[in-house]
Amino acid sequence: MSPDAAVTIKELKIALPAGADRAHAVDGVSFDLVPGKILCVVGESGSGKSMCAHALMGLLPDNVKPVSGEILFEGQDLLKLDATGWLALRGRHIAMVFQEPMTALNPLMRIGDQIAEMFEAHDLLSPKGRRQKALGLLREVGLPDPERSMRAYPHQLSGGQRQRAMIAMALALEPAVLVADEPTTALDVTTQAQILKLIRDLQRRHNMAVMFITHDFGVVSDIADTVVVLQHGKVVEQGAADEVLSRPQAAYTRALLAAVPTMQPPPRAPLGNRAKAVEVIGLDKTYVSSGGWFQPERRVQAAKEVSFTVLQGETVGLVGESGSGKSSVARLIMRLIEADRGTVRISDTDFTVMSGKELRSARSRIQMIFQDPFASLNPRRKVGNIITDGPIAHGTDPKTARERARELLELVGLNANALDRYPHEFSGGQRQRIGIARALALEPEIIVADEAVSALDVSVQAQVLKLLEDLKARLGLSMLFITHDLRVAAQICDRIAVMQRGAIVELKATAALFSAPEHPYTRELLAAVPGRTASSQAA
Amino acid sequence: MRQISRTLLRHPGGLIGLVILAIAIAVALFGPELFPTSPWRMVQRPFLPPFAVKGFPLGTDALGRDVLAGIIYGARVSLLVGLVSTLAALAVGIPVGAVAGYFGGRTGDALMRFTEFFQTVPSFALAIVLVAILQPSIVSIVLAIAIVSWPPVARLVRGEVLSLRTREYVQAAIVTGQSHRWIIWREILPNALSPVIVLASLMVATAILLESSLSFLGLGDPNLMSWGYMVGAGRTVIRQAWWITVFPGIAILLSVLALNLIGEGLNDALNPRLNKDGR
Repeated sequence: MSPDAAVTIKELKIALPAGADRAHAVDGVSFDLVPGKILCVVGESGSGKSMCAHALMGLLPDNVKPVSGEILFEGQDLLKLDATGWLALRGRHIAMVFQEPMTALNPLMRIGDQIAEMFEAHDLLSPKGRRQKALGLLREVGLPDPERSMRAYPHQLSGGQRQRAMIAMALALEPAVLVADEPTTALDVTTQAQILKLIRDLQRRHNMAVMFITHDFGVVSDIADTVVVLQHGKVVEQGAADEVLSRPQAAYTRALLAAVPTMQPPPRAPLGNRAKAVEVIGLDKTYVSSGGWFQPERRVQAAKEVSFTVLQGETVGLVGESGSGKSSVARLIMRLIEADRGTVRISDTDFTVMSGKELRSARSRIQMIFQDPFASLNPRRKVGNIITDGPIAHGTDPKTARERARELLELVGLNANALDRYPHEFSGGQRQRIGIARALALEPEIIVADEAVSALDVSVQAQVLKLLEDLKARLGLSMLFITHDLRVAAQICDRIAVMQRGAIVELKATAALFSAPEHPYTRELLAAVPGRTASSQAA
Repeated sequence: MRQISRTLLRHPGGLIGLVILAIAIAVALFGPELFPTSPWRMVQRPFLPPFAVKGFPLGTDALGRDVLAGIIYGARVSLLVGLVSTLAALAVGIPVGAVAGYFGGRTGDALMRFTEFFQTVPSFALAIVLVAILQPSIVSIVLAIAIVSWPPVARLVRGEVLSLRTREYVQAAIVTGQSHRWIIWREILPNALSPVIVLASLMVATAILLESSLSFLGLGDPNLMSWGYMVGAGRTVIRQAWWITVFPGIAILLSVLALNLIGEGLNDALNPRLNKDGR
């Protein structure tokens, strides 16, 4: 308990409603938020880290109740505060930055008005003074052309700019404590690096205490002064950031740190002269959305002359930031969307000219693993049906298909009795394994994995990556691996293609790309990976 | 399914609605057995007030016909018309909406323009015209109600399908080479069904009201006693003999209310988030 702490959380216990997977969301958590320091709360999904933040803001859901402990701020216990007490406190003394800036900002209100609303809510300044202050804040958080940004609606700003506007709102009343709940998770790496720097600068300038919630150890090593590691609502380790990162004491922290993929690509066996599994030649795709009567139509080029090949048994990575067109390329190859131009060849057949029945039967040769394990399984169909639907559509007799599904479930590390259960009974990692089993059920030659591990926790991510690598070697598959995460790409890919604005700017063997990036954009991407310095020291 | 009925039973409004509806259905099924006299027969003196003579608890109408018998026979007509016309409307609306939403493009546009064509005509006026042209009969009434009530179903289903079509599990089904018919039937429609079921329960209520309104205007099936006909026939003497209009009116009110309560209960029961918590 340091005497100068802005906020002291003591033995906080938050009960979950009956029937949840554990009794307490947060179980006996204590830590201090000190002015001028950043405290990172790290943990995997479900560890209770967001609950801590919401308790500190008085935003706990109705069915979740703090049962014991206290949160001390300027001598008063926030857990005992009533609704009016919170009104005076929130925004003014404790402010929050949310994860998803698109949903945290009111889409129908101009940015300037939303910031001015902060002053209005606390009855401060005149309308003119509020606008002036808002403008100053936008300038401080580094929004380009603050006068125009004042009048902009959230959808007119980019993700990073929206997050800057959110931060400006949080800073408006110069709070003593800033709570940031995964503020960079929804952002691209280069934007993430900028926002992290902004938060650190502002926190130093205003001498704020910051509680920063994240699941990413890279971010922790970049920004944290102190670290609290949570597991199942309990603190497993806490201390100075350097200490925890370089000499983790708890086994759980060590396991988490070990699961973070390093930027060092492991040595890979050369593939030599192999046949081509997939050949992509000059794919072009432009999305045109009509702009209405008085506006010009909008054109977004999602793929520009994209060409590459995947050899048999090879994994090619496709990396880039959101909007770079990497997912569009995956969908073009899968023929989920139609290309304007270009050819996709699967070994020797032209996949792009097929249609109807011919296309449906050829689809079994190339299968896809989707990003979101919660959206990619039909909630109303049993796992058994989800896996066997494909083979049955291709003429396999249902009994054989079911037998095969049983084997596949075991192959991906699930129990065969999963067949008769519904997807919601499984965790994210298990669902992703079901998704993999579905893709393998058709015995494809090529797997396209679209951000297949991005929605998973690091430890689960490591397991699924290992599974994919293992299956690929065992079944002799080729893989196109799409990801925004360079660390993951480093671990699994033989070659990596970097995409920017619909075009491949660099395509090289993984080790060469990491050691000698040629294109400026590749260099920028590599430099922006959080915790890069820390991990290269560790490696 | 068992889960849904359990949640519905725990929902207070839904439970009340189910009880009322169950009584109405029981009356429609077994009432005529217990009351073998035709509701059209004149059995007592006209304008007999309720509870005045034993055996006629709801009194008699202007021609001396038993009001209770009329309500019991009318239940059959009202519920039948409500149910059958809703099923017919679903049978048209769901396929139109599903095809329009799934394929989109020109097919979808054409189907939606066709739907809008029906929607822009005032539905009650259209129903009157249809019944008048086809001659009032139970078949023409059901047909007219179905024709005016399918467009909302089509629009709702189209909207649901439109959003479900882009889900990853639907894309996964496409990628695994399943046919369009199979994808619509197995992957999309089951997930689009909950709002449709809720809408359908409310449509039965609307259909009962529409049938009553048609009968009120004298466009009902002349061979079948219905609640709307009773209200219409008694309206001229409402000041002397209120019971002739009020009791069938209450019957309409209760059955429509019951269906609305069930619709609301189903809405909660079919909402997976509420359902999971067992609330």
